[in-house]
Amino acid sequence: MNILRNLWLRLIAPIDGPLMLMTALLALVALGMMASASPERIPNQLMNLLVALTVMRVMAQIPPQRLMHFALPVYLIGIFLLVGVALFGDISKGARRWLNLGFMRIQPSELMKIAMPLILAWFFQKHETMPRLRDYAVATLLLLIPLALIARQPDLGTAILVLAAGFYVIFFAGLPWKVLIGLAVSALAAAPLAWGLLHDYQRNRILTLIDPEKDPLGKGFHIIQSTIAIGSGGIFGKGWGLGSQAQLEFLPERHTDFIFAVFSEEIGLIGNLALLILYALLITRGLMISAYAATLFGRLLAGAITMIFFTYAFVNMGMVSGILPVVGVPLPFISYGGTALVTLCIGIGILMSIHKNRMLVQK
Amino acid sequence: MKAIKFSRNPLLSERLPLWRRRLVLGVLLAGFTVLVGRSLYLQGINNEFLGDKGRARFERVIDISATRGRITDRHGDVVAVSTPVRSIWAIPEDTKLTPSQSRDLAQMLDMDVRELNRKLASERDFAYVKRQLPPELADRITALQLPGLRQKNEYRRYYPSGEVMAHILGFTGVDDAGQEGIELAFNTQLTGKPGSRRIIKDRRGNVVEDVESISQPVEGKDIVLSMDSKIQFIAYTYLRKAIEEHRAKAGGIVVLDARSGEVLALVNMPTYNPNNRVKLVGAQLRNRALTDTFEPGSTMKPFAAALALEKGKARFNTPIQTAPGKLTIGTATISDAHPHGVLTVAQVIQKSSNVGISKLALSMTPAEMWEMFDALGFGTTLKLGFPGEVSGRLRPAKTWKPIEQATMAYGHGISVTLMQLARAYQAFARDGDLTPLSLTRLDMPPAIGKQVFSTQTAREVRAMLELAVLPGGTAPKAQVPGYRAAGKTGTAHKLEGGAYANKYVASFVGFAPVSDPRLIIAIMVDEPSNGKHYGGDVAAPVFSQVMGESLRTLGVESDAPQKPLQVANAAPVKEEM
Repeated sequence: MNILRNLWLRLIAPIDGPLMLMTALLALVALGMMASASPERIPNQLMNLLVALTVMRVMAQIPPQRLMHFALPVYLIGIFLLVGVALFGDISKGARRWLNLGFMRIQPSELMKIAMPLILAWFFQKHETMPRLRDYAVATLLLLIPLALIARQPDLGTAILVLAAGFYVIFFAGLPWKVLIGLAVSALAAAPLAWGLLHDYQRNRILTLIDPEKDPLGKGFHIIQSTIAIGSGGIFGKGWGLGSQAQLEFLPERHTDFIFAVFSEEIGLIGNLALLILYALLITRGLMISAYAATLFGRLLAGAITMIFFTYAFVNMGMVSGILPVVGVPLPFISYGGTALVTLCIGIGILMSIHKNRMLVQK
Repeated sequence: MKAIKFSRNPLLSERLPLWRRRLVLGVLLAGFTVLVGRSLYLQGINNEFLGDKGRARFERVIDISATRGRITDRHGDVVAVSTPVRSIWAIPEDTKLTPSQSRDLAQMLDMDVRELNRKLASERDFAYVKRQLPPELADRITALQLPGLRQKNEYRRYYPSGEVMAHILGFTGVDDAGQEGIELAFNTQLTGKPGSRRIIKDRRGNVVEDVESISQPVEGKDIVLSMDSKIQFIAYTYLRKAIEEHRAKAGGIVVLDARSGEVLALVNMPTYNPNNRVKLVGAQLRNRALTDTFEPGSTMKPFAAALALEKGKARFNTPIQTAPGKLTIGTATISDAHPHGVLTVAQVIQKSSNVGISKLALSMTPAEMWEMFDALGFGTTLKLGFPGEVSGRLRPAKTWKPIEQATMAYGHGISVTLMQLARAYQAFARDGDLTPLSLTRLDMPPAIGKQVFSTQTAREVRAMLELAVLPGGTAPKAQVPGYRAAGKTGTAHKLEGGAYANKYVASFVGFAPVSDPRLIIAIMVDEPSNGKHYGGDVAAPVFSQVMGESLRTLGVESDAPQKPLQVANAAPVKEEM
């Protein structure tokens, strides 16, 4: 008995209670929605969850300073794989995102969502005494190389998340507010230029957002159907498994990117508020961990990871409810898909590790 | 205790600057506020509107079609029926067939594989593959279980009698609504009332749930026609033969039951096959017996004679001088091509003298003649409810000049339909009265109709008309073996552009058996052009054949010897035109 008990204690030792609770609740919501939207995927979802939680536990065990050693190699492997994708990647639905390794297919851009905050946090840790402008320039370069590779796959959704991840680190590292304002102004100025760089389908997505009714069966279809689904849910929802838009296949991608519409239709405004509170709690916990981190590396990494969770949730919910263009960003912890779930759980694991190692000295 | 390497990190003491923390919190707060706001907007404020839009996407009220009623003849033989058929349609996007599947399907549908593939390559969400297939074939296609292929129940109208009854029945359009004939005239009864159901459909158009029945369909009613399929077929056969023999442009025949006013047969030539209307042209569609008028010519003579008897202006044997075969009224001259000298009233009808009937007509006032024509139903529609039925032309008596009064007596300057003419002869076939006509079977036919002539007058005219059919009359070819027949020929020049052209309408109207008239038959042959054009040569034989076979079919008792009376070498008396 004692042995088992000790084993259990050792197993849960690095786990942070509140983070674990929130993750578990979100995973339960995911399973519930999957049972409604696509029950045949439940076994796969459980499998993904098991793998993701295992990875989380492993990551929680690794102390931040050990993690720092991985930063550069992981980043370089990521770049290497992205170049591989650009050269040999599989094309599916018009985009080259996957690399076939023979025994499995991977999406290296997903790795970058972790590798990017890791490398930048490591970089600023190395230049920890008041970083100079040159350091910001190098950091920007580190950010832009993989970003360009991902953007030209093209995969706008992932590119936005990677960009956000990198930007958060730079921001937390103390990017002067003058530069920040300068960036904002030049971003606005560059918007017409960026417009020219976008692919036609990406432009269409933005135009569709402005007037979805213009092409209700084509490009506007996703947005119209999802806003109808959300809106027809009302305050209390139509009930689990009773969402007519979702169940009658009017809603596209209902188990992946648009699962929020299924949730909103079936559980209603009440459910949406609960879900938002859950995310808010997760983010609060993450920011607290960041604030109390022992090292700059820990603080930057935790802050960036937490803000990434927020970005995921905001971009996904925004696009599904029709206030942001449709980009392929899943709803964190809830959309179906193993890679995203594993990535998110790696983030949770890192947060737990940073939290456990918040003391300057070990007890 | 183990110190951590970078414990003396100067940044560590320096927390995130306040403005930076506030910015982060501000962004988070703004983000969540936007999301909550959007949720409130969609789910709280626009809930009803978006809910309605949602329902509009999945809820449908569908019509449950009522089966169109059958049409049967008076004996219950089905002459028009809706048979269930199925149409195959596809969602092209979902229909990914292997080459061998396409080949099999094309073969079953009797289609070219390329045509099939072209239909399945359509950009739209819906494409008919083949319409109106027999259910057995559709079932075999279902058994193939091909992806994306759907079936839809429909009805197809089928007319077993084909072109024989085409003009009576008419036909229905693709939407199963009557477009011509009985199908149109009785459309409301035949259609019934479609019911409706509320259903839920998914995006692919599959019915997911049958929510509720809103109203039950009321099946269409069957219509029992007055027609007798056998008599119709007899009439069709002989009219067609006569048209071919005389190379006529068109023709019509009407068979009435003299006792009940029921229409037993109605045939028009040219006709068409209602089951296959691909090559249909306008001329085939015309129901001439009801919708076309013509100048009836001498078939009108008995009416003027009857009126003269009725008004006491003349009797059966009153002699009338028709020599020298000419009668000048004002500036116009009426003539007989074959002058006859003194004729009795009966002989005027028998020999069809224009001069004789004109003299009789002029002994009466225009008003008297108009009233009679009107009472006989000329100049007004028969109100059969048949589409396109016309009234013919009967000008008001006040406008008649004497010459017109005379020519109207022999059927010129007045226009009628064949059906009107046949019905007017009821006055002679019955004892001077007319009943309304009916296209449907009557269970209680009216015993007595509207009296136009006295019984006495009717009997006398009947005798005159029998004389016309006997040797010495204009239509010995109208004699019916085994039955005493009576009738009158008509041969009219056709009016073309206001002038009489060298084209003719040959007609005959008569009834039999004279001892107790049962059937009235009127025949009209338009533009016979194979040498003969007299009613006595062209139309009378059709009367004889159709009347004889019809009476035998009905089992009417014979009232005359089986051999027709003939005088050696006596050609029929040529009637006047």
